Amino acid sequence: MTPFNLTQFYADWATILPECFLLLWACVITGAAVLGRTDESKSGTFAIWTIIGTLATAVWVAVTQDGAAFGGTFVFDRLAVVFKEVILAGVILTAAASVGTVSRLRAHRGEYYGMILFSAVGMMLMVSATELLTLYIALELSTVTLFVLAAYHKTNRKSAEAGLKYVILGGISSAILLYGVAILYGLTGTTELARISQGIQRQFMASGSFPPGLALALLLILAGFGFKLALAPFHMWAPDVYEGAPTPITAFLSVASKAAALAAFLRVFFVGGQPAQLIWIQAIAALAALAMIVGNATAIVQTNIKRMLAYSSVAQIGYMLVGAVALDPWGATSISYYAMAYLFANMGAFVCVIAFAERTGSEEISDFSGLSRRSPILAGFFALFLLSLAGVPPTAGFLAKYYVFAAAIQKGYLWLVLVGVATSVVALYYYATVIMKMYFPAEQTEGGFPVARTLTIVLAVSALGVLLLGILPGPVVDWIKAAAQSFVPPT
Amino acid sequence: MSGLLSWMIFLPLIGAIVALFMPKDNHRLIRGIAFVATLLPLILTVVLLAQYDPSTAEFQFVEKAAWIPGLNVNYHLGADGIAVPMLALTTLLSFLAALVSFNITKRVKEYFAFFLLLETGMLGVFSSLDFFLFYVFWEVMLVPMYFLIGIWGGPRKEYAAIKFFLYTLFGSIFMLVAVLALYFTSTPHSLSIIEHIQRAPQMTRGFQLFAFVFFFIAFAIKIPTLPFHTWLPDAHVEAPTAVSVLLAGVLLKMGTYGLLRVSFPMFPEATRFFAWPMAILGVAGIIYGAMVCMAQTDLKKLVAYSSVSHMGYCLVGMAAVGSVAGISGCMFQMVSHGLITGALFTLVGVIYDRAHTREISAFGGMWIKVPVYSGIMILFVLGSLGLPGLSGFVSEFMVFLGAFPYFKITVAIGVVGVLLTAAYFLRMIQKMFLGPVAGHSEGLTEINFREIVAITPLAILMIAIGVYPALLSDLIQPTIENLVRLIGA
Repeated sequence: MTPFNLTQFYADWATILPECFLLLWACVITGAAVLGRTDESKSGTFAIWTIIGTLATAVWVAVTQDGAAFGGTFVFDRLAVVFKEVILAGVILTAAASVGTVSRLRAHRGEYYGMILFSAVGMMLMVSATELLTLYIALELSTVTLFVLAAYHKTNRKSAEAGLKYVILGGISSAILLYGVAILYGLTGTTELARISQGIQRQFMASGSFPPGLALALLLILAGFGFKLALAPFHMWAPDVYEGAPTPITAFLSVASKAAALAAFLRVFFVGGQPAQLIWIQAIAALAALAMIVGNATAIVQTNIKRMLAYSSVAQIGYMLVGAVALDPWGATSISYYAMAYLFANMGAFVCVIAFAERTGSEEISDFSGLSRRSPILAGFFALFLLSLAGVPPTAGFLAKYYVFAAAIQKGYLWLVLVGVATSVVALYYYATVIMKMYFPAEQTEGGFPVARTLTIVLAVSALGVLLLGILPGPVVDWIKAAAQSFVPPT
Repeated sequence: MSGLLSWMIFLPLIGAIVALFMPKDNHRLIRGIAFVATLLPLILTVVLLAQYDPSTAEFQFVEKAAWIPGLNVNYHLGADGIAVPMLALTTLLSFLAALVSFNITKRVKEYFAFFLLLETGMLGVFSSLDFFLFYVFWEVMLVPMYFLIGIWGGPRKEYAAIKFFLYTLFGSIFMLVAVLALYFTSTPHSLSIIEHIQRAPQMTRGFQLFAFVFFFIAFAIKIPTLPFHTWLPDAHVEAPTAVSVLLAGVLLKMGTYGLLRVSFPMFPEATRFFAWPMAILGVAGIIYGAMVCMAQTDLKKLVAYSSVSHMGYCLVGMAAVGSVAGISGCMFQMVSHGLITGALFTLVGVIYDRAHTREISAFGGMWIKVPVYSGIMILFVLGSLGLPGLSGFVSEFMVFLGAFPYFKITVAIGVVGVLLTAAYFLRMIQKMFLGPVAGHSEGLTEINFREIVAITPLAILMIAIGVYPALLSDLIQPTIENLVRLIGA
């Protein structure tokens, strides 16, 4: 043990201050909710305070210096900044999109926002963790709160079922992940990623022996992440949870939670597992291909829009992981960029579903028929987000796909890219079918409806994100690229 | 004028955005915006033609600026002898198609917004010199097209729209893969079309064959050549008249344009290798398209399949990779087919608007009822079947002249297509225009002033190029000579 050092102590806590602040904020929000009156009209107030706290944290994150804390188990580097901003943007959009949903709850309105913030703290710690136990604890903090949020409509059977399924499968996946961590610890004697990497290099790779234990450990960890990311074949929970959870939470889950897991995945595999890449890269490639095929093929037959988007997000994770076969700055940049493009497009798409369901009470794809006549703005936004998810230029989704495919081609994974492009044609089919339903029917469907103001703002922000990232991506690409280069040195 | 190409490309987009903010019931205002937003690029085209120096194969009106520096993506525009005629064709047909669209009364605002966005996409494709930009414009075009067919189309519009979208996207993703491969095989990594053409001699034969095939899938679907043509009859038949005009007049040319712009100069060895198969595909298209035309009972379908046949000539012409005449013939055919088929689709639209049917057998003796319309229609049909003195003849003659020395028997078979073309068109003329007045011809009213205005420029150009081919050949000659030199056959 190193002796206690006051300067070091302060430096450590200074590095982690944004998280501390958000944690405090979450406590204040929750406390206010428990002690104060939280009738329907207060939902907006809570949302505003949540957004203010999150915005402050986002600014704080942006100005905080790079550094490592607590003996290097927590790093604050450029990559962490990128993902933290993505997560915080997700929180802000989710909070704004939740106002209507929360005001219809019967109780515990304020705690809802507190829960989101607690989960966000977990995610922020997760993207900075460079030690497996820290990572695990951060992951649990973010997931346990999400279990609660998924079941927030507790009198609704589907929501309760979603919560239960999520708990059980989340628990199993955590156990699997932990099992992998334990084996890795047994093999290398450490839980720090940088030293795991050295250990693997020294003990196994240098001697050229094929270590079955190591492969098992990495595959278990991969499976654990697979559950969190809803990557095929570990995605079975996702459609039920996505359908049953309150829609803003579904959006939050699909966007922020995935971004955090993705960042952790990058750290574990690009740093810790780097010397053993021969073992896991093929597995990643196979899983990515499987996710793209299964996700897209299953999405076609869905009749519920949330389930369709759930399967589409399974496929989207597949596309992101296509970038992971390139263990270099290209790969890391492409994945991070994809996560950001996906944030706006998927968040926007779910918010369209919220806006639609608030007025019509339906989440069936067939009911979107003629939407362009009833609410041209909503239909226009939805079409834009769907086209971005499909990867049609000039949206962010196109550049994101371009980037991950580029990363894979550069490493010679032509087959994987061909699977990717072929499945993206399949994907276009179901996205375009929804657009077709909204726009093509000739007859006038009854009843135009307005979209709630907060939702319109969220939609506008997301649309702006999708278009800016697609048309003027220069600064963002440079920002992410610099982060990725400091994270993985060019090979 | 600096930024000439940018203005041309983005004026329609500005028009589309302005139109979106107009009250949706003020149809006159929206039509006015569409009129101006398509007229201005046409005026700029005249400036472009006036300033274009036809004595060189260099790219002119070049604009270059960094777009996404992190990915070496540039906003790079320029035009040469291949691009300029296509740009002119696009602005002209867009303007005329906008005039033709004035009879649209359903969701007018959305219609013209998509229409103008489509024009931006088309002009962008013909002037991009950066692969990323090229691809973006190529894809951007699909979205408005999807909506235009899907909302304003005929009875099977949903099917036709999604088939068109999926088919073309399927093709273009192969192009995307090839672009990425080009990017990573170049040092320093580049997306510049010009730079890749310059490094063509260093590309290995295997890589050239791979890249050529991948690009060819994308372009062949767009042309469309056999066996990728099945989206075309559906899309054409269901699309509203003006969209058919642009589809046949401009979009199909993107396939052949892509081959001339990208594949031929960039992969010369592969181009020489695949010349034979291309010629065979071309002749197959000519014959197959013409045979299918013989069996059509729907006038619009007939014109649609005649496009498959006529684009076959383009392919045969360009397959004569060592011949300036052959490739020039291909260019002539692209322009000529754009003019003639654009006019034919407009004319089909004219009678469909009045009679609400396009069945050939539903008409008879139209010459007696609507002489002006019949005269114009017959003029264009004669142009399409290659009557000397009209542009179709020049292009077909040059195609066969150029290709014959290389593929004697294939071309000899292809020439039969000319005969078949005459057969199906003359049969159509006989049934619809000659003989006693019958069926729907009874109630037809004459072609109106707006429609004549939309047709006249096409007729003038068709005759002008037919009588004085140097009008076009002077423009394209140096570029094509340079292209032939690059292919090095």
